[in-house]
Amino acid sequence: MWLTRPLRERSTQIFLGVLFAALVVVTFLHLFMPQDSALHVSAYTVTLLGKYLCYALLAVAVDLVWGYLGILSLGHGAFFALGGYAMGMYLMRQIGDRGTYGDPVLPDFMVFLNWEELPWYWLGFDMAWFAFIMVLLAPGLLALVFGFLAFRSRVTGVYLSIITQALTFALMLAFFRNEMGFGGNNGLTDFRDILGFNLRTDATRLGLFIATGIALAIGYLICRGIVTSKLGRVSVACRDAEARARFLGYRVERVQLFVFVVSAMLAGVAGALYVPQVGIINPSEFSPIFSIEIVVWVALGGRATLYGAVIGAILVNYAKTVFTGVMPDAWLFALGGLFVLVTVFLPKGIAGLLASRRKKKDEPTDTDRNPDTGKEATA
Amino acid sequence: MGIIRSLTLMLIALTMVSPVAAQDQEDDPGQALLINLAEARPAQVEEAINAIATSGDVRARSWLDAYGSNRLSQIKDSGRIVIVLNNRGRDWTIADPLTGEQLGEMSRRELNRININNAIRGQLEGTLAMLDLDAEDRKVRLKSAEDMMGKVEAPLVEPLEQRLEVEEDAKVRERIAAALAIYRVGEGDVEAVDVLAGSLHSRARAALNNAAASDNPELVTRATQALGTIEQKLKLNSAAETLYFGLSLGSVLVLAAIGLAITFGVMGVINMAHGELIMLGAYTTWGMQQLLPNQPGLALILSIPAGFMVAATAGIIIERSVIQYLKGRPLETLLATFGISLILQQLVRTVISPQNRTVVTPEWMSGSLVINDALSLTLNRMYVLGFALVVFFLLMLIMRKTRLGLEVRAVTQNRNMARSMGIRATRVDIMTFALGSGVAGLAGVALSQLTNVGPNLGQNYIIDSFMVVVFGGVGNLWGTLIAGLSLGTINQLIEPWAGAVLAKIIVLVFIILFIQKRPKGLFPQKGRAAEG
Repeated sequence: MWLTRPLRERSTQIFLGVLFAALVVVTFLHLFMPQDSALHVSAYTVTLLGKYLCYALLAVAVDLVWGYLGILSLGHGAFFALGGYAMGMYLMRQIGDRGTYGDPVLPDFMVFLNWEELPWYWLGFDMAWFAFIMVLLAPGLLALVFGFLAFRSRVTGVYLSIITQALTFALMLAFFRNEMGFGGNNGLTDFRDILGFNLRTDATRLGLFIATGIALAIGYLICRGIVTSKLGRVSVACRDAEARARFLGYRVERVQLFVFVVSAMLAGVAGALYVPQVGIINPSEFSPIFSIEIVVWVALGGRATLYGAVIGAILVNYAKTVFTGVMPDAWLFALGGLFVLVTVFLPKGIAGLLASRRKKKDEPTDTDRNPDTGKEATA
Repeated sequence: MGIIRSLTLMLIALTMVSPVAAQDQEDDPGQALLINLAEARPAQVEEAINAIATSGDVRARSWLDAYGSNRLSQIKDSGRIVIVLNNRGRDWTIADPLTGEQLGEMSRRELNRININNAIRGQLEGTLAMLDLDAEDRKVRLKSAEDMMGKVEAPLVEPLEQRLEVEEDAKVRERIAAALAIYRVGEGDVEAVDVLAGSLHSRARAALNNAAASDNPELVTRATQALGTIEQKLKLNSAAETLYFGLSLGSVLVLAAIGLAITFGVMGVINMAHGELIMLGAYTTWGMQQLLPNQPGLALILSIPAGFMVAATAGIIIERSVIQYLKGRPLETLLATFGISLILQQLVRTVISPQNRTVVTPEWMSGSLVINDALSLTLNRMYVLGFALVVFFLLMLIMRKTRLGLEVRAVTQNRNMARSMGIRATRVDIMTFALGSGVAGLAGVALSQLTNVGPNLGQNYIIDSFMVVVFGGVGNLWGTLIAGLSLGTINQLIEPWAGAVLAKIIVLVFIILFIQKRPKGLFPQKGRAAEG
């Protein structure tokens, strides 16, 4: 089976091993260490780590399309946010009549805007299964339509990057509008519970953290499964020589579309897990700068490795937490510098550094072929 | 007129003499008029005002103004009338109404304000307007005639008619006639409707609307007819206005995108820091105005070369330090330059301020060109439109007619071939990038006149600029011009019924769909250059 095959790979075993060990250690330290112990992991830290894992899953999704398909998406934040909004809508409906205005059906912001009834697209979000399907479906559908149009007319490279950026920018503007019915610039917040568990208790937070870890593991396995399958080989071929793959008879646009949609769904799941942990979703998640930030996590970690994306996401976000706490003004300098340094001096990222250490010992990685452009020289 | 003039001369003489001989004040007829007003009983106030207004004294206007704004006071002890210049706090600054001479401060307890009630104030407006109608300055007369529209009351009709006969300026006559006609239509005069039929002024329309709702059937039909013609004229004017705003927005887009058309379109370098180069240009304007605080116009003109140089220098630094190492890796270039844009933004926030800075608009750029009552074109936008076109054609000239342009085109079409012909490709790269960046700086100088100058200025334009370049067709300057102007116009056309945000979204979606249909833009490159 394609999903279990990666389990035989050394890199996957190590990755999953480290991930599960981390989950277990954090859980243990949180539950069994006394509060005043230096080793105790607070609920705040658990949620913070959970947030990093969401970002890691998002980065894996971006790496799947950028590393293995050669599509630099500057709009993956949109899929992330859509998943988040789907989850947010469910959590919003779970509040019920405990909101400030006490309306049993309408969320607070709708009461505030004097809306009479729930808009049709909010229907069904009181049911968890429906909301969870929408978490996959909403970003998936957007990716399907957008990808279908783009790949069919062979929009690639920089053009595709720019229109994905325009896409997320347009969505951001749209979600900022109160008339859209998604809470305008305040977004959705003030959540109470999820699946009947109170979101403000430590146990639920730990549960969400573990769920995120498992989701990351599954997401990683799915991506790894795809890239090691025949489909993955074709997708790498599309990345490196699109025209040649097409001439060999592969339906390039179908491969691209499939991988793109899967990636969007993974991003949606990441967003859905992110929202209950941070407790808010607002249109700023759609901002182009966030999407481009994701790309730099992947670039720092190393393209086309998947585990590199995870390392990059966690490192950058840890740095962000530290910087914004100690000297918030310096964060944008650091981030900007990171963009420049990584692209100029570390084109293969941290994973590339690790790989070059043990070069020749191992099998060649996917990045070995012309990593600069992701394309073969055609001249 | 003759009387007024001789009075003026007399007054000038008086003002010159008065500081020397204070007792002359007793002889000043103004003194009597003012005291008459101050001591009038409520029923006589109107008379007193009229006496001042008809006295022909040039100072009458300032007295009545002061009276209308509660700043005419009488000193309790001496009974002297003064104008209060500043009535904040305990002590008020006062001045002599006859000479304009400042008399220092005086406790408000020693002053008695000359009261005015609302009925009188309403009348006073008309009286003041009438006074202005006699003014020497044509602009003052025109403005007052306009103020008069819709405010004419029965007692004003006669003086207005007299005024209409002596008035020489056609514009002012038209206004006075309209003002009278509005009054007459209000009184049910059917003939007067014809006078208003061609007017686009909102008050004329209001009068006609009232007439159309009256119970005089003839008046109703005439007024409705007149309104119909006005409506059509208005539509035409609003279409012209939309077009103007569209072109103006378009010119902003063109300015922002044209530099990008050079760096991205011609060189193929994705410069996400382009917006920040625009921002640098805008901040240069601000800096120039800080250096020359009293001459905003001169500062603005000096900013044009300065903005170009600052942005071009920044561009050269970016090219040398980062972009040259990323040749042929467009996606990495995109990321690296995005990092640079973050750094530049934060640099401005840290060094200057996170808040917006105000750039002064010089006098000759503010105000607007009034075409008619419904259509006036703001001058600053007109200047920016012109500036955009000038920049565009200069660039066109550089690319088409100069050696640099030739070399740039050669290097982009076939780098190796160009090099073997002796063109120094690296130097061309630097020059091209500097040129594109410099133009971004120029865009910033122009934008500083239209929007807020802040650290986020560039961010707001970067996506739009890329859209314009891609929509127009990469590597095609004409395409950029047409794309910019048409996108601006489309945006303005949608805006009235969709709202600003939705209009922007619609335009973005439109471009996204358009690129699917024609991935190479409106004017795709053909031939060998297209394969790059």
